[in-house]
Amino acid sequence: MKKVYGSANEALDGLLFDGMTIAAGGFGLCGIPELLIDAIREAGTKDITIASNNCGVDDFGLGVLLKTRQIKKMMSSYVGENAEFMRQYLSGELELEFNPQGTLAERMRAGGAGIAGFYTKTGVGTVIAEGKEHKEFGGETYILERGIFADLSIVKAWKADTTGNAIFRKTARNFNPPAAKCGRVCVLEVEEIVEPGTLDPDHIHLPGIYVNRLIQGQHEKRIEQRTVRTA
Amino acid sequence: MAWDRNQMAARAAQELQDGMYVNLGIGIPTLVANYIPEGVQVTLQSENGMLGIGPFPTENEVDADLINAGKQTVTALPNTAYFDSAESFAMIRGGKINMAILGAMEVAENGDIANWMIPGKLVKGMGGAMDLVAGVERVIVVMDHTNKAGESKLLKACTLPLTAQGVVKRIITNLGVLDVVEGGLKIIECAEGVTEDEIRAATEAAIVN
Repeated sequence: MKKVYGSANEALDGLLFDGMTIAAGGFGLCGIPELLIDAIREAGTKDITIASNNCGVDDFGLGVLLKTRQIKKMMSSYVGENAEFMRQYLSGELELEFNPQGTLAERMRAGGAGIAGFYTKTGVGTVIAEGKEHKEFGGETYILERGIFADLSIVKAWKADTTGNAIFRKTARNFNPPAAKCGRVCVLEVEEIVEPGTLDPDHIHLPGIYVNRLIQGQHEKRIEQRTVRTA
Repeated sequence: MAWDRNQMAARAAQELQDGMYVNLGIGIPTLVANYIPEGVQVTLQSENGMLGIGPFPTENEVDADLINAGKQTVTALPNTAYFDSAESFAMIRGGKINMAILGAMEVAENGDIANWMIPGKLVKGMGGAMDLVAGVERVIVVMDHTNKAGESKLLKACTLPLTAQGVVKRIITNLGVLDVVEGGLKIIECAEGVTEDEIRAATEAAIVN
């Protein structure tokens, strides 16, 4: 069982194809798989559909794949902070499917858990509910949302052992576990790969069964809104 | 004399009760954290995966892995817990969060809320707002009573695309506090120096006694 690869390019070898669907972890620029995103840019894969809460900023995160016009469609909850995104969307070059944030997270979780769909109250009576099945449970109306089944998951954790057991750090966990689980193949990038036995089994956030390939590298970890108080 | 932003936040903070788990939206609702009453302990939830939000960090404490849902750097508290986004919205959707305090562009007399989209303008997305208002036990809106043209933002029916139907329980504006009740809005409190007649004049929604 070899899961550890030497670089992001090597880890993605044979997994990328035009028109594919990719689920990506991260919230804003926090906990994003920045090394794998760069490798996808270099690979030049086209017409990608990406399920990710956000789409980075103009020159970092998923924003770099917008600049190279590799993204056909985004499934997101919030896409501010990105001028190129708005330009492509308003000109019709980019498709956008808004998902309420919790619905997007649950769609990923469900897909990874083999659940084809679920009913939620979120979005009932709004544009989000248009065209979706409505059903009453206990006198309340719910809408049907579908699980996401992606061709590939790209996610980022703090540390993992060589078998892919991973732990995240603070709020950089966010969408990474649900995104990791909903892909047919999952590639994980971490700040440090350790030997099995180093991480406490009781502290594993993402069991290695969900991780097919893994790389270690230096992360920029850019901060979007540096907000400080005076000491 | 109407309330300013900070006075609205301070009034909203009076809604907090000891032991509550609360989600604060972006803007004036974020300021509510500065006015939590003495003796009241509340745990703030951030939908990107955190319970127990601490103050903004000092320059030395800044950590790229620790942000709130507004993407601002924050700090942790001794009772902080982290979790993933699916877990975060499970607790929101599952009704475990006692209160959400958030802003709005329009609220209707039946409790409908619109706060995520203005057609024809830049559309950024709803983020977690739809999940929060649909799942949280008590939804409180903090907003200006009127727009820049002086027109009421408390309407008979929302004109903008909805975030959810019939979820708002209480509205705190610069003019006072109103509850959503059977038949319309009920004035609960006037801001200092504001009369009920002034609130009625500034409100399109039906006011009931």
